[in-house]
Amino acid sequence: MLLDVQEITAFYGSSQALFGVNLSLSEGEVVALMGRNGMGKSTTIKAICNLVPPRDGNIAFGGVTTRAMPTHKVARLGIGLVPEGRRCFPNLTVYENLVTAARPGPWTLERISKLFPRLEERKNQLARSLSGGEQQMLAVGRALMTNPRLLILDEATEGLAPVIRQDIWRAIRSLKADGLSILVVDKTLSELLPVADRCVVLENGKTVWTGAPHALTADLQDRYLGV
Amino acid sequence: MNREVSINAAMALALLAVPIIALQIGQTFTITLATRIAILALAATGLNLALGLGGLVSFGHAAFFGIGGYAAGILSAHALSGEPMMFGFEGSQSMPVIWLVAAVLAGLIGLGIGVVSLRTSGVYFIMITLAFAQMIFYFAISWPAYGGEDGLSIAVRNGFPGLNTMRPMEFFLVAYGLLMLTLGLFSLIRSSRFGAALQAVRQNDVRVASIGIKPFPIRLTAFVLSAMITALAGALYADLNRFVSPSMFSWHMSGELIVLIILGGTGRLFGPLAGAALYVILEFVLGGMTERWQFFLGLILLAVVLFARGGVMGLLAGKARHG
Repeated sequence: MLLDVQEITAFYGSSQALFGVNLSLSEGEVVALMGRNGMGKSTTIKAICNLVPPRDGNIAFGGVTTRAMPTHKVARLGIGLVPEGRRCFPNLTVYENLVTAARPGPWTLERISKLFPRLEERKNQLARSLSGGEQQMLAVGRALMTNPRLLILDEATEGLAPVIRQDIWRAIRSLKADGLSILVVDKTLSELLPVADRCVVLENGKTVWTGAPHALTADLQDRYLGV
Repeated sequence: MNREVSINAAMALALLAVPIIALQIGQTFTITLATRIAILALAATGLNLALGLGGLVSFGHAAFFGIGGYAAGILSAHALSGEPMMFGFEGSQSMPVIWLVAAVLAGLIGLGIGVVSLRTSGVYFIMITLAFAQMIFYFAISWPAYGGEDGLSIAVRNGFPGLNTMRPMEFFLVAYGLLMLTLGLFSLIRSSRFGAALQAVRQNDVRVASIGIKPFPIRLTAFVLSAMITALAGALYADLNRFVSPSMFSWHMSGELIVLIILGGTGRLFGPLAGAALYVILEFVLGGMTERWQFFLGLILLAVVLFARGGVMGLLAGKARHG
């Protein structure tokens, strides 16, 4: 088991956001974390990265308990995060954004350029001057430059033009084919379900359903995802 | 060559050309003004590393400026008197030795101050750095062995191998050379991976942590380097005036260094030089007209903050790439 999240709870101040999330992910697996808006998907991701420290429960990554670990140490264990909202470093160039994150491993600047040729074309441009889609590519590229064992994508295609979304999904499929473990949150079920090996559904901050994508029937989708 | 590089080159050449011309026409005082500009620019370049790249608004950099000054004064005083210091060290009148001592001492004290102050941010960071500088200021005042409140004179300007530093032009060349070397180092740091990480930390330290970089050591390294550079300037400043006093540690000095950076352009490579040049020229020109020249400097600073946030470099070379 690469990632094992057991019964975690988390709070924003006095307001409880997670009430018992369970989630597991094996090496090479793609897990879709699903649920309607406000059900705790992003908070779960933040808890895994210790950006919102969980109060109870346990999180283990590669057999190491990460619950009390600072964020940078969790990242160094091999968790690459693509946060919601394309959060690059706006005043750094594309190249600087990528090299700042770089750690030794198979992911290099050349490989990122092959995955996203647009980034190579814009490598000396400031991140803030990129289009939304290019910034998202940069956010994925930056996370890959950390050479993660697990890539976490939080709403990576939200608000992007359809053509750019296709580029991002193509990249995700390519990463899956390379055997990278991925935890992905996305609302585009038509793209998400074919790429996922397993789905975890959250409702009101709790895991309520886990199973294979084909088992997530229209009824269940209607009940938990409101689609 | 882009516009900023051309302007930087022009400024570097102008700073060199003015004293050369002044020497030809016998205007020694102008050489001293240029030396003062170079030294203040060096001090501000040190602070620019922490403030401009790292966003660390240190209001206590006078501590490092003063440490550099007192290193020059104390080492020189012992070398001249022959009275040994600690561990039998007899002092030194060699600038490279003094610079080394100043930089190491400021680096160590900067490390101590940084370890404590960098755990805070915003106004708390400003206040803690100010508090440390004031502690050192009051220590210097109450240290009679080295002049206390009256300060310490440097009877003979410290020497640099192969040069006669008593000649204003040769001393200027020492200050100018050190400034250019430091600007080169600043440029290297800014374009390095460490420099990118430092600027990323300024933009968002949580995001930096999420890519596996601990922000604290990045900030601390920048703070210590910044302290060491400012101390070198302090040592040169003491040699320029051939005098050190606790005023080098005062909060006015810390404020002056911040003003130089804001006037010149925060985070810009040649911002400190532009700021120092403007400041010294204003001090000279306005100071000749009125004793209250700082009132007018205040007005100019207000105008810069309100209408030209990029400072002189922003006006001349456009918006900062890393603004």
